[in-house]
Amino acid sequence: MIYLDNAATSFPKPARVVDAMTEFAREIGANPGRSGHRLSVEAGRTIYDAREALASLFKIRDPLRVIFTANATVGLNQALLGLLSAGDRVVTSGMEHNSVMRPLRFLEASGIRVATVPCSSQGLLDPDELRRTLSERTAMVVVNHGSNVNGCIQPVRALGAAAREAGALFLVDAAQTAGCVEIDMAEDNIDLLAFTGHKALYGPQGTGGLVLGGRVPVERMRPIVFGGTGSRSEYETQPDFLPDRYESGTPNTVGIAGLLEGVRFILETGVTAIRRREDALADVLTEGLAEVNGLRIFSGSGGSRLPTVSFTGDTLPPDEIGLRLDEEFGVLCRVGLHCSPAAHNTLGSFPDGTVRLSAGLFTTEEEIRAAIDAVRVIVSEGGAR
Amino acid sequence: MNEGQCVALFHSTSLALRGEKLCRAEGIPVKLIPVPRRLSSDCGVCLRFAGAFEERVRALFNERALEFEDIVCL
Repeated sequence: MIYLDNAATSFPKPARVVDAMTEFAREIGANPGRSGHRLSVEAGRTIYDAREALASLFKIRDPLRVIFTANATVGLNQALLGLLSAGDRVVTSGMEHNSVMRPLRFLEASGIRVATVPCSSQGLLDPDELRRTLSERTAMVVVNHGSNVNGCIQPVRALGAAAREAGALFLVDAAQTAGCVEIDMAEDNIDLLAFTGHKALYGPQGTGGLVLGGRVPVERMRPIVFGGTGSRSEYETQPDFLPDRYESGTPNTVGIAGLLEGVRFILETGVTAIRRREDALADVLTEGLAEVNGLRIFSGSGGSRLPTVSFTGDTLPPDEIGLRLDEEFGVLCRVGLHCSPAAHNTLGSFPDGTVRLSAGLFTTEEEIRAAIDAVRVIVSEGGAR
Repeated sequence: MNEGQCVALFHSTSLALRGEKLCRAEGIPVKLIPVPRRLSSDCGVCLRFAGAFEERVRALFNERALEFEDIVCL
């Protein structure tokens, strides 16, 4: 079996991530921040350590500005629904996932204006193009850092600079990039960073969050969920301090224990080394597919792409290629629209979608070559079968 | 100098854990304990330390802008 669906979730996870979750479930298991006994304190410490590790990864000073959520989607919803109000204008790119577009379309119905800046045919958002759109007063710019469709990596630092010049908050969807592309929130002009735990951070599904930079007006950002926090229990109103303001209900502590270990693994390995490895895999994947006749390939440009590449075949629909890759060759990938109709529109692959092959840190060149050979066999046979 | 024990009270467990880390990094021996019943507090745990460290702990928290509810010496 060859797993090339790392853009959906990374697999396998490092063994130490699974071990950390098992150990937490076996030895600790208590509810963090709810009771005062030793196991509850230990559970709280696990979560605090995870905040610290993530603060270190994204280079922010205050770990309490790391808010845990169930996934990147909830983090994005918290930022968008929490900060935007009727009359506000928000600017986004033509490469967004539905985790951004659906909350934006919802907000549009309540009087928030949404402007979309077109991207190049490779999916890139030009900072000057963004700057022109920002001549009108704008509350927020939201951009997908790395495409889950063609793997292109946006120039976030320049985009963030444009947002900052215009006085807009800059929200970055780092679902595909947190852990495998260097992110320095201050240097990259990022005000809000939504991340998922289960992709390049190597944690389990059900973990993620939103990191708040220093410019975020916390007093104005409404929580989207209210409830018990283990703090200020005598009051029936939501606490106003971080992170409790945005973290109601018992968290996924066992998952966060795994996420902590995943982030530790990344900090020890080094994001630069991970990026170098994945960049090499992206080259093998893109160049290998380019040698197969009868494919149309969708990838970012060399040096600024994730090892996530889409393609379509001239003779077979994506779903049929995907099914045959799985059934006949044991190659696991994802076909269709990848929850990103906007990106497929930009790239010209809407509404049929693409076949997406996404490698990860643990993918080998041999696996990629074997998968490409399988693609070659399938498309050369075309519709003959 | 206070020869008894003191506790630092916080609004949340996250803040108490941060206080614990700051103190340990400065070599101040501390222990997270359940909040004594007679003290009012928002969260379930507080940070206990020897009274001799009271001023150092207070200064450290202020210097590092760690929000705490109170420091009570028993």
